[in-house]
Amino acid sequence: MSTNAITTQKVNFNVFRFNADEDYLPYYEDYSMDVTSEEVVLDILNRIKWDHDGSFSYRRSCRHGICGTCAIKVNGRVTLACKESMTDMIEVFGNELVIEPLSKKRAIKDMIIDKADFWEKHEQVTPYLDTEIDEAPTAENLVTPAQADALDEADLCIQCGACHYACPVVEISDDFMGPAAFAAAYRFEADVRDGNESRLTDVNKMGSGVWDCVKCFECAEACPKEINPIEKIGKLHNMLFQSGKAESNVATRHAVGFEKSIKRVGVLDEGGLVLYSELAGIVKHVPVALKMFSKGKIVPPWGITKSDNLDEIQKLVKSSSTAKF
Amino acid sequence: MGKLKYALFTGCTAKQSTPEQMMSTMAVAEKLDIELIELTEASCCGASHLQDYDDFLSLVLNARNIAYAEKHDLTMVTICNTCQLNTAMTKHRLDNNADLKKRVNEKLEEVGLVYAGTSKITHFLYAIIDDFGLDKLKEMVVTPLSQFNIAPFYGCHNIRPSELQNETHDTPENPYNPSSLDDLIIACGGQTVDYEEKNKCCGFHAELQSPKVAATLTGNAIAGAMDGNADWMVTPCPLCHLKLDTQTGHASHAIGREVSLPVLHMQQMIGLALGCPPETLGMKHHVTKVDFV
Repeated sequence: MSTNAITTQKVNFNVFRFNADEDYLPYYEDYSMDVTSEEVVLDILNRIKWDHDGSFSYRRSCRHGICGTCAIKVNGRVTLACKESMTDMIEVFGNELVIEPLSKKRAIKDMIIDKADFWEKHEQVTPYLDTEIDEAPTAENLVTPAQADALDEADLCIQCGACHYACPVVEISDDFMGPAAFAAAYRFEADVRDGNESRLTDVNKMGSGVWDCVKCFECAEACPKEINPIEKIGKLHNMLFQSGKAESNVATRHAVGFEKSIKRVGVLDEGGLVLYSELAGIVKHVPVALKMFSKGKIVPPWGITKSDNLDEIQKLVKSSSTAKF
Repeated sequence: MGKLKYALFTGCTAKQSTPEQMMSTMAVAEKLDIELIELTEASCCGASHLQDYDDFLSLVLNARNIAYAEKHDLTMVTICNTCQLNTAMTKHRLDNNADLKKRVNEKLEEVGLVYAGTSKITHFLYAIIDDFGLDKLKEMVVTPLSQFNIAPFYGCHNIRPSELQNETHDTPENPYNPSSLDDLIIACGGQTVDYEEKNKCCGFHAELQSPKVAATLTGNAIAGAMDGNADWMVTPCPLCHLKLDTQTGHASHAIGREVSLPVLHMQQMIGLALGCPPETLGMKHHVTKVDFV
């Protein structure tokens, strides 16, 4: 029990309401309540239903941050309702709070959304151990602590969807697999017992795969289990290069191009990088490039200021490289 | 307070596609009497893409950059959000993993350098807020920007991941409700515009491989600022600036709506408020015309 005295303050909740069976458009309803410092967001959802409107709908189950069903958004911030303290919410956003489902366009009723896209994408990465099982083993299959550590806590995912619906690419691109699916892919790729041959290739798809991440870190911020999905996305990129499964395309050349430029001039040769990444595709950049050139925004290759002590950088690139392309 | 002095990691963009950012940084530093020692030995930070290819190499190169700041015994100041992220991330990882630090230092030793972990790494925005002080800045304003509605665009890599970012500066910043840039706008006398996209992604890092997604994000950001009745936008990140300033054509096409707003670098905004002549702030280098100066 907390040793601090319980405090109470008035909070106005602006709550998203929608019933796909009856409503043409969603609307927002206001509920004003005294909130105590001990409450979590889920308590507020319960009180809306129990004290104000019995038809208010939301998902909840374990109340212990394990089942992953109660994720919603408060003032645009994804949150696991049963874990998030109201005191923290008020501290960040003040006494006017907006309660919304994880994804408004997927709303079925109030906080309840259709999570089908989440599960479909999850399924695409073969999210289970894919291995030959010896049905009559003579010894245990031991995994060493170091091998278990390689999962990097990706196995703690509770599939709540917080990162998925915080991802701006998922919001605008129906095909993008999303951070939760990638974290799951990493979880099994990093498992020594797994023997799946196609998973890494599956996440490597251009136009919906792991290369379309915009590196915004929304997923890292959103995850209630601190799994850091974007770090796993980075590790999948590394695995693709290390396994030799990275095909030559604009995304992979874009990553490799940095090393090439650093080796040559220390800094990034911006124009050179775009040319190396795009090859003939560079033509589509010409209109913008001309505009930039006219404003003095493009430095020709011979005009680039090289890093001082470039020999050090070149030596380090040679001695410290761990990847090949 | 003695004279503020920092080691400046310019990043690559300030020397190439955003020359106005370099100009305005130097102009503002002079006005504020801040001494910036440029780390001319620095390499590219890898911009979070080299990391995808070769994580260890990126750690070594970033540690080398930091080692030069340490040689000066100075805090490293960055003027690009992505440089800030990659450099601070390197520092965080090395300072919290003795084995990794040892392996990186074995490489640095080959060129006579060492990473000790003694230099702080902070973005110029937070150096101004934490070390110079917005109250003091406010007193120095000669041309208050009071007639302008200014939309802050924070840029992901200054605010997320928040745990890492909040290690790099004293003023706490919440990624879901950031305030540093708003506070800076107010200190310069301007009115801030509150809009949903102010702490969202501009799409820069997926521009080549996923142009449609990138352009949509850029378009949404500018549209949000326009709907908030902004006269112009301001950002601490040159990469966000490139997207918002040069890609309005693609952005408009992607979201099916004509969007365009002048976008200033944070340093240019401060410069205007402090009375720096516009030509020293490089306004002529913008693709979207800065029509109010």
